[in-house]
Amino acid sequence: MNDFVIDVHDLRKSFGANIVVNRLNLQVESGEICGFLGANGSGKTTTIRMLCGLLSPDSGSGTCLGFDLMREPHRIRREVGYMTQRFSFYDDLTVAETLEFVASVYLLQDPRGTVAGIISRMELTPYADRLAGQLSGGWKQRLALAACVLHQPKLLLLDEPTAGVDAAARREFWDLIHDMASEGLTVLVSTHYMDEAERCKRIVYLSDGHIVTQGAPDDVRRAANLIVFEASGRGIDEAARALRRAPGVESAAVFGSTLRVAGTDREALSRTIAAHPQLAWQEVEPRLEDVFIHLLAERAA
Amino acid sequence: MNGFSFRRFAAVLRKEWIQVRRDPLTLRFIILLPLMQLFLFAYAINTNPKDLPTGVLSADHSNYERRVIAALQESGYYDTRAMKSEAEAERALAEGSVLFVVNIPPNFARSVDRGENPSILMDADASDPTAISYATAALSGLTNVLDRDLPPALKTATPNPAFNFEIHARYNPEQLTVLNTVPGLICVVLMFSTLFLTTLSITRERERGTMENLLAMPLRPMEVMLAKIVPYIVIGYIQVILIIATSALVFHLPIRGSLPLLLLALFFFIASNLVLGLTISTLAASQMQALQLAQFTLLPSFMLSGFMFPFAGMPFWAQWAGEIFPVTHMLRISRGVLLKGNNLAEILPQLWPIALFTLVVTMIGLWFYRETLD
Ligand SMILES: Nc1ncnc2c1ncn2[C@@H]1O[C@H](COP(=O)(O)OP(=O)(O)O)[C@@H](O)[C@H]1O
Ligand SMILES: [Mg+2]
Repeated sequence: MNDFVIDVHDLRKSFGANIVVNRLNLQVESGEICGFLGANGSGKTTTIRMLCGLLSPDSGSGTCLGFDLMREPHRIRREVGYMTQRFSFYDDLTVAETLEFVASVYLLQDPRGTVAGIISRMELTPYADRLAGQLSGGWKQRLALAACVLHQPKLLLLDEPTAGVDAAARREFWDLIHDMASEGLTVLVSTHYMDEAERCKRIVYLSDGHIVTQGAPDDVRRAANLIVFEASGRGIDEAARALRRAPGVESAAVFGSTLRVAGTDREALSRTIAAHPQLAWQEVEPRLEDVFIHLLAERAA
Repeated sequence: MNGFSFRRFAAVLRKEWIQVRRDPLTLRFIILLPLMQLFLFAYAINTNPKDLPTGVLSADHSNYERRVIAALQESGYYDTRAMKSEAEAERALAEGSVLFVVNIPPNFARSVDRGENPSILMDADASDPTAISYATAALSGLTNVLDRDLPPALKTATPNPAFNFEIHARYNPEQLTVLNTVPGLICVVLMFSTLFLTTLSITRERERGTMENLLAMPLRPMEVMLAKIVPYIVIGYIQVILIIATSALVFHLPIRGSLPLLLLALFFFIASNLVLGLTISTLAASQMQALQLAQFTLLPSFMLSGFMFPFAGMPFWAQWAGEIFPVTHMLRISRGVLLKGNNLAEILPQLWPIALFTLVVTMIGLWFYRETLD
């Protein structure tokens, strides 16, 4: 017995000839917030659906909350809290009705009381009698989160819970996730936002159904051995164009008023940027985004 | 995940009920569709035909006889011509060159004068009941045409009519009564309006993405299926009452048997349609496909039910296929209870096939209800 909440090996899933998840190994420890990253179509949703027993893997083995992924998907389904990528509650039910529905389906002892509790905890009180279809994106997501934690699961699987939600609401949402994790909940959350990835204890980066890298954000950054130089000022657009094909440069891109140039060969990169002395160069920490782009390029090569 | 839980079932039921109540489309569907169909069918089928060819076979030439024939003619429904012999009348009826033969009995006039209340036998070609239903219905209004000419003693004496028409339905004695399309119409309209209530219920959840959550929750297929049917049974009954009331008021639907018995039988019929709709819904990949599947099952069950064509006249294979569909049996129950006053024991042979159908289709639905998204 280990204390991994999720422990799966060689998961594989294909739709027709399209292999969507391929030989995926994943271990998530209890109490962790694990971030699931990857481009659209990289297999995040499919993996999460397999982890909560909604899709049966073609092959592979493993456990989720101690239940066998292949043999006991129905028990897993009952124990996890799963928040779907698309809002999948009923637009024509109110917030309170939705939560009472969920509470009753999970046979909670005191559905009314539990619902009242979660409504106030999630600060949904002003919206309790509003139809779900009339809520804005951020409040819809909050309702969905409330619904999936009602039965006090030990594992939360959140599929892009903050897609299309404004920055302030995203931050509050993540505060909630951290609160829950501090109470011992394990959370696996997929996202496209790098600032959210930074708030995870561990991140897993998927591409085409493979795990490209995983680990703590800092470790992922360090392991890539990526060197990044930044410069700002006039002429960065021209420089970016010139640098893109220069030796030692893997990527050169302009973000607002700064140019970022990345590569793994320090000497070649230093020589290359020295050819642009009109810009004031400065070495900076690589961002996760730089690392992912680098890893994808490396895989493609 | 243990067995059936009433609380979980009740939770889904409540959710379904709220959604039904809030869906304006459902409400329109409930009330307008069946009424529209009722009138459409009734008028499309009961094209009130007039001037039907009618042979007269008279064994008693009298004033009274001439008066009755004139009245038939004046009603607009009968186009009378004299027949020379019984054989000729029989042949004309068989060929279809006349739809009715009026038999004026011997000593008709004397019987009337004596107040014996004689009967005029009307042989009717009932193989097309819709064609003759209005004409036969008109007969009851003609039994007073002799009143003015009656002997004074009879004029005030009895409230009885001076004579009667006795309709003798030929070739298709099952379809004996006037307006016997209406009991069948009730079944057909109900079939159309209830089947579609559940046809979309699962596909809708799938297409809106809400199925994913429903599946992610610890619900058993039976709990979901039942909860998706029960609200519509209520709606089905609202429709039944609407249809029967309208039929009684507008189409003079006779109710000879027990109405509660009919309502009981209709429960099985409604359930069979809802279950069929739901099973179609679980099988179909999209709402579009579900609708096509529903139509695909509606058409043959409608055609083979005995509503469009007399059941006895259909080829063997068509009868056999027709026996499968609940509407065939409900049609017989409805006619039996409303027109013949059948009791429970008499409709039981038609009731269990409906129940069996419901059971089998439920099993198929449960079997194909996928608990994952694969
Ligand atoms: N039910 C399905 N049937 C067929 N293809 C699917 C299905 N679900 C997902 N896919 C395909 O699998 C790939 C991965 O999808 P998904 O897991 O949703 O990725 P992500 O969540 O990372 O965007 C996509 O190419 C998508 O088209
Ligand atoms: Mg996705």
